[in-house]
Amino acid sequence: MPPVIPPVPGHDDEFFWAGVHEGRLLAQRCTACQRLRHPPLPMCPHCRSLAWEPAELSGRGRVYSWILSHHPSEPDAEPRVVVLVELDEGLRIVSNLRGPPADAAIDLAVEVVFEETDGVTLPQFVPATS
Amino acid sequence: MNGAMNAAIVGIGQTEFSKDSGRSELQLAAEAAAAAIDDAGLAPADVDGMVTFTLDSNDELALMRSLGIPELRWMSRTPHGGALASATVQHAAAAVTSGAAGAVLVYRAFNERSGHRFGQPDANRRGAAWNWYAPYGLDTPAKIYALWFQRYMHTYGVTNADLGRYVVVARKHAATNPNAWFYQRPITLEDHQASRWIVEPIIRKLDCCQESDGGVAFVVTTSERARDLKQRPVRVVAASQSHLWGGDIMFNYYHPDVADFPEASALARQLWSTSGLTPRDVQVAMLYENFTPVVFQQLEAFGFCGRGEAKDFIAAGNIELGGAIPVNTHGGLLGEGYIHGVNNVLEAVRQLRGAAANQVADVEHVLVAAGRSAALLGRV
Repeated sequence: MPPVIPPVPGHDDEFFWAGVHEGRLLAQRCTACQRLRHPPLPMCPHCRSLAWEPAELSGRGRVYSWILSHHPSEPDAEPRVVVLVELDEGLRIVSNLRGPPADAAIDLAVEVVFEETDGVTLPQFVPATS
Repeated sequence: MNGAMNAAIVGIGQTEFSKDSGRSELQLAAEAAAAAIDDAGLAPADVDGMVTFTLDSNDELALMRSLGIPELRWMSRTPHGGALASATVQHAAAAVTSGAAGAVLVYRAFNERSGHRFGQPDANRRGAAWNWYAPYGLDTPAKIYALWFQRYMHTYGVTNADLGRYVVVARKHAATNPNAWFYQRPITLEDHQASRWIVEPIIRKLDCCQESDGGVAFVVTTSERARDLKQRPVRVVAASQSHLWGGDIMFNYYHPDVADFPEASALARQLWSTSGLTPRDVQVAMLYENFTPVVFQQLEAFGFCGRGEAKDFIAAGNIELGGAIPVNTHGGLLGEGYIHGVNNVLEAVRQLRGAAANQVADVEHVLVAAGRSAALLGRV
């Protein structure tokens, strides 16, 4: 098992990973009804439009749920806190909380950062500074 | 009535449940299927339909050749693994109710401990659906489910020790079931709390189902035909699935509130309204548990207790033999073995026949709930 399983971008989500490489957290915004959606879908479930554009998110939110994930085959590897973040825009996204696991708590205010681990860049979250 | 079925389970069969069967998955399927057909008093030539999981490695035609079944006219498979374990009942019952098949063999067989283990991480889980999870360390079912369970436990103040009280009951039931992997091996709450964390701070090792090798099978036919067969038939009173917008196979993260299990609540509404029954009409509940918290969520969703009350309901002894609603009387998937939830259907049939190792008195109806599928079975 690699330390981080890399994403395999496809047609519907390559924009997201391109944004990650530019340090931007993106979601699809339907250009017909303006609603945001994540994870990506080819069609807007609210108005069935196929037209959308990437929209940059605030990157701010709160921890909706969390667990401590130990590496499956390397017990000495540093565990990662996996979080389900509810962003200020109302979308939920799975990510990691960087820093001491003891910080993990439901409703903790967080903000996005972009970090590279073993060649894989991912959006990550840290406790909000303000 | 919406969802009403004219169908009965007339035969059950299984292999032993072990950690290393020493034989092929096809042999396990064939042994279980032959036992179920014999149990029904049918011959292989009477079977003209088959249902299994999309995840089952045993091709219908290979099993047909093994059993000597001359002709099939119905095959279907249920997706999404154990969450649709009870949908196998629905598929088979729908086939015989419609006349598409006369007698349907349902089977599930695998070497899930000595062969491919579901509980292990799989670096090959790649592609669009996993991009949102696998890179962040959600690489096993235990972790994936725990991120959902956390919200339930946080909302209702449920601790891991509360979960342990269920596990003690499951292991107590398994201890007196000779079919169970954990036969004669009960545990205490202290044993549970001393087992290692699998996912902090949610589930410990003893909260996880027993990855097992084994095969199970059952036969479904019409109620009319069932009357002339060998066993006391078990009626399919109602069976349904529930899939709600925003849900996912395992990543139940996007509903407005995931403290509860909205799919299980929707299933409960369907089954109670289709059958006209209430939780009080059910004497035994088989509740799928790949991991302990699902028992809590399903007890509440089906109305055996109120929201957030499962921990107190369990602690008060309600789910034990002799309690208000005995749950997983065979020991559950934690105690008997994980045959992907289909072994729960077999235990329900045994309870309704009066032939269970841990028999409950006067069983009229049994609920077999498996996350996003459920069946209500009844005595004829």
